[in-house]
Amino acid sequence: MTTSTDVRATPAPERQKRRHNPITWVQRGGLTTLLFLLPLLIIFGVFSWSPIVQAVIMSFQKTNLVTPPIFVGWDNFVAVFNDPLFWTAVRNTAYFAFLAILIGYPVPLVVAVLMSEVRRFKGLFSVLAYLPVVILPVVSVLLWKIFYDAGPTGVFNTILGWFHIPPQPWIQDAATAMPSLVLQATWAGAGGTIIIYLAAMTSVAPELYDAAEVDGASLWAKIWHVTLPQLRGILFITFILQIIATAQVFLQPYLFTGGGPANSTTTILLLIYQYAFTNSLGGAYGEATALSLMLAVFLAVLSIVYFRLTARWSDQ
Amino acid sequence: MTTTVPAQEVQVTEPLPDSGVPGKRPRRRPRAAEAEDRHILSAADWRRPRVRITTNVLHVILLILLVLVGLFPLLWLFKSGITPTQDTLTNPLALFPNGVAWDNVAKAWNDVHIGDFFFNTIAMAAGEWAVQLIVATTAGFALSVLRPKYGRYLAGLVLATLFVPAVVLLVPLYLTILHPPLIGHSLINTFWAVWLPAGASAFNVLLVMRFFDSLPREIFEAARTDGAGTFRLFWSIVLPMSKPILGVVSVFAINAAWADFLWPNLVLADIHIQPLSVRLPQIQSSTDLGVYLAALSIATLIPVVIFLIFQRTFLRGGGLGGAVKG
Repeated sequence: MTTSTDVRATPAPERQKRRHNPITWVQRGGLTTLLFLLPLLIIFGVFSWSPIVQAVIMSFQKTNLVTPPIFVGWDNFVAVFNDPLFWTAVRNTAYFAFLAILIGYPVPLVVAVLMSEVRRFKGLFSVLAYLPVVILPVVSVLLWKIFYDAGPTGVFNTILGWFHIPPQPWIQDAATAMPSLVLQATWAGAGGTIIIYLAAMTSVAPELYDAAEVDGASLWAKIWHVTLPQLRGILFITFILQIIATAQVFLQPYLFTGGGPANSTTTILLLIYQYAFTNSLGGAYGEATALSLMLAVFLAVLSIVYFRLTARWSDQ
Repeated sequence: MTTTVPAQEVQVTEPLPDSGVPGKRPRRRPRAAEAEDRHILSAADWRRPRVRITTNVLHVILLILLVLVGLFPLLWLFKSGITPTQDTLTNPLALFPNGVAWDNVAKAWNDVHIGDFFFNTIAMAAGEWAVQLIVATTAGFALSVLRPKYGRYLAGLVLATLFVPAVVLLVPLYLTILHPPLIGHSLINTFWAVWLPAGASAFNVLLVMRFFDSLPREIFEAARTDGAGTFRLFWSIVLPMSKPILGVVSVFAINAAWADFLWPNLVLADIHIQPLSVRLPQIQSSTDLGVYLAALSIATLIPVVIFLIFQRTFLRGGGLGGAVKG
């Protein structure tokens, strides 16, 4: 602190007034601070900020890694819109998200409400529900791929056979492929959501239930008027997070079906991947980044609208 | 010397509120406590026979369903891993109709080299963990403890990346790894290709910043007065006080590295460096089904055992640090 007066005499007069000269800056630990920021600046600079800027630039360029990139304006976006696969991918992704919400949203909530009333061996319930979350996601998909064997001796088809239900084609038919993918994704993800709901339910004040009972509330009334409203905040968040996650689904279509049969499971992320990295379409980096930016903007707008809408309901 | 005293005090008081009695977990609480943390059903409800029977029946059904859905697929995998391929193909749900094939496991270990890929997974996760921890702690320290004037803008830039979906980075990041600045040669097929980008996790930085912000600043002043330099402040005061948040960041980092598929699948094309998640899908077509299922079993058994040992930590973390009562 005292050193600043000594140094002020030496540098150029314009800098004196603002005390922004390099020597005082170093003496006050500015350089040390910068040293601590170095990992952040390097890692984020090279692997986050610069790629984000590059993504925006590349979406307006034609790049093939050999000749210098050419600026092509909105051509990449137009090319994506004119690609019939794009509309298939949008439809498929929306279908996946719709099914994932339809199956995957109510199941954890119902299980969590039931589990919250368990008095003995509650830990056992939680462990069983969480087991699918623990195993490697890739292994989970590969395991279900074997379960989905379309032959009459496949695991699921054998079980269906016990109930005299004919064998199903599962992931080998365009009509059943997507629901099969969603079923596995729900199995793999539900445990995590159940645990989150359970944690949220323990924070519901018992007095609220007591008060409801004094008012003569039935069991359903307590769930409907106390439990669910108290979980409102977390329910809103898990809903939008699930939409954002399903809009970027990649693992299931990539490993189960590779987008087939007949492109019935080609999702937006799979299409981006194919544009950029697979042999038939490969190297279309411009289209790939253009599509990824469109997805990002769509999700951002969706989230903003969603939070605007739900803010009104959750503030009461 | 004197500067470490407040740090220890904080450490001692930290774990007390949430863990209760150390060592032994209170499995069954006394009746009074149970009545206190009631949920939807009241004690009066529980005394009504209709409610009690219905609830118990629902719970038994739920337990059966959870066993069928959560446990059964894993048990089937472990069973099939030691069943001859032909039996699994013709009668997948029979229990060892023609004996046990232990050599599946031996083949998965010796011929498929599942152990090597396991080691690669650990190396990948360890590196990602180290890079994430270094970036998050140094950045958190600089932005929340040292607080330079431009810190707000930098934190804003970090926060902004949180709203960019990872897929936007896919292509430019791949090209960056292909032609990294300054180094001059491609990082493809090296662990650096997964380690370094993992460090750019805005979530970690913000988590650590929030924790550092909550540390009492008087301790930093006291340490300064006692002559601790910036590095000493970081290493001997702030880091030892941050064990809880470092634990959280570590769990997130290792979990993410363990589960990651798309990125390592893209940049680790060399078999000798691939983690389990990348290798397992590739060997499916070329491996005997029994051996393949044994390989999947090995890849599953280890995390499941770790989960069962540390289940309370996992479930607590899964509940976003909420109080999941076991």
